Amino acid sequence: MASDSDLSCTGLVRRFSGHAAVDHVSLNVPAGTFFSILGPSGCGKTTLLRMLAGFDKPDQGDIYIRGQRMNDVPPNRRPVNMVFQHLALFPTMSVGDNIGYGLKRQKVPLAERRKRIAEVLEQVGLPGLEGRNPQQLSGGQRQRVALARCLVLKPTLLLLDEPLGALDLKLREQMKVELKHLQKAFGTTFVYITHDQSEAMVMSDQVAVMKDGRFDQVAPPEALYREPATPFVAGFVGDNNRISGDLVAVQGELAEIRLDDGSLVRGRIASDDLETGGRVDLFIRPESLVLAGDALNSGYSGMDACIRSTLFDGANSRVEAEGAGNNTLYARLPQDGSAPRFNENATVRLAWDPALARVFGARI
Amino acid sequence: MSHWLPRTYLALVYLLLYVPIAVLVVFSFNDSRTGYEWGGLSLRWYEALFDNRAMVRAMWNSLWLALSAATVSTLIGALTALALHRYRFRGKQILNGMLFVVMMSPEIVLAISLLALFLLVGMQLGYVSLLLAHVTFCLPFVVITVMARLSGFDERLPEAARDLGASDFVMTRTVLIPVIMPALLAGWLLGFTLSLDDVVVSTFVSGPTYEILPLRIYSMVRVGLKPEVNALGTLLLVFSLVMLILSQWILLRSRR
Repeated sequence: MASDSDLSCTGLVRRFSGHAAVDHVSLNVPAGTFFSILGPSGCGKTTLLRMLAGFDKPDQGDIYIRGQRMNDVPPNRRPVNMVFQHLALFPTMSVGDNIGYGLKRQKVPLAERRKRIAEVLEQVGLPGLEGRNPQQLSGGQRQRVALARCLVLKPTLLLLDEPLGALDLKLREQMKVELKHLQKAFGTTFVYITHDQSEAMVMSDQVAVMKDGRFDQVAPPEALYREPATPFVAGFVGDNNRISGDLVAVQGELAEIRLDDGSLVRGRIASDDLETGGRVDLFIRPESLVLAGDALNSGYSGMDACIRSTLFDGANSRVEAEGAGNNTLYARLPQDGSAPRFNENATVRLAWDPALARVFGARI
Repeated sequence: MSHWLPRTYLALVYLLLYVPIAVLVVFSFNDSRTGYEWGGLSLRWYEALFDNRAMVRAMWNSLWLALSAATVSTLIGALTALALHRYRFRGKQILNGMLFVVMMSPEIVLAISLLALFLLVGMQLGYVSLLLAHVTFCLPFVVITVMARLSGFDERLPEAARDLGASDFVMTRTVLIPVIMPALLAGWLLGFTLSLDDVVVSTFVSGPTYEILPLRIYSMVRVGLKPEVNALGTLLLVFSLVMLILSQWILLRSRR
């Protein structure tokens, strides 16, 4: 195993009564990385995390942390700490005792323990709160205490199990940024699991998209967004429009697709198993759709669509339109004053640069 | 107008509950020999009570029995509750149900069956037989109290402790026990009071070597109500009040 990787797993399998919750997952996390595992609930991400923490054992495969095989090491002996979904702060202990819990187990003397608790509280922005009870703190403060409780031990790896799930939206946005800064400041390798793609995108260096116990794609957030490798990733990460049709021709990188009403659209081929005549899905992001009046770029593909409604949501405002072949499409409305006002049932031309659209074989 | 009816009703209920107790306390300081007339203030019945060697011994016996029965049943009950809460095993439902059977079955039935058991194995009736019997009927109450506390227990806490480097033993000492402590105390107190004033089961399984307070009082009142009993009742009342305040204080402090 390469020693510059903090965590590496090979062929991990975990079955529960015959069903593989984690199915041949391999991963490699370089030191200092913020690595997220993103997937819908029930995709096996929690099972994977519990195996990394040592609460569960893989049926097959190996877990290495800094090159050391961890399969048979109990959780209290692993250089790994975990921030739990509901934080699991000890209710009978003060903030200081919560944070000092791990240090005490390591037999760190009292004076040093006090010093390190004070230091880490300072670092997470809660100086002097040692004497408080966790119940007296706000959600965001508890979050930071849970982080501090792990970070004070300087683990090789910090596992986070959707810790922001219990926070309200505003606070969650704030904690996302803060978590990323803390990770950079401490330099600890984070493995973060979430079903919220925005959390994964904002914070991570690398994101693994998990589905049915397998990794669909592992890539930096931007690559994941721009170059999804599978239709699932294209649909799950960020908003996307899906247009179904039959593949009629391939010209170099581009596919020509006939929609159910006979009109033709084009997009870039994203998988190599396409056959002419087969059913395909074209994915195009709402912000890549141009509400073309007259000034239409000649290289663009497009379709006529009927406006159903305008959904105003500030910077994220969209129009809902029904395109050719009963495809519902969402197009982002630019808020720089360039977007016209639309009447319901007006017909517009939605156009896109074919290089920005991705074409996959249709899922059956 | 619409308020006086419920208020009067409430007052009546509380009078019914507390007047006999108040009478008992007042008459324990009565100088008269009979229980019906007031003869001035006196502590003579308290003196008489403490001069009664058999009574004092019975009181100590009862206290010791209640202490040991409560402690033993808390230990066994807490472990049972943990096992029922944490593990899945064959017969768990049956075990759980059997605890309720002990709690729900008439005391007289329990008393007869315990006596039959002790006679069958040839056990001498005395402290040990009383202890076993009292632990038996205290146990379900402890189990239920601790289980109730555990049902609100965050399953991730032991895992968090393990994750932060605690062994199972250390986790139990530092996380589990502090969390269930209020339930352990409540269960213990419940066991203590149940044991202290039990008459039915004790009548069957006690022997001449170990006389306990409720049976002593019972045999006293059979020959006529002596004012000594009032004094004893007052003492017991004060003792249980102190225990109650103490337990509430501990609970409040742990909740802080």
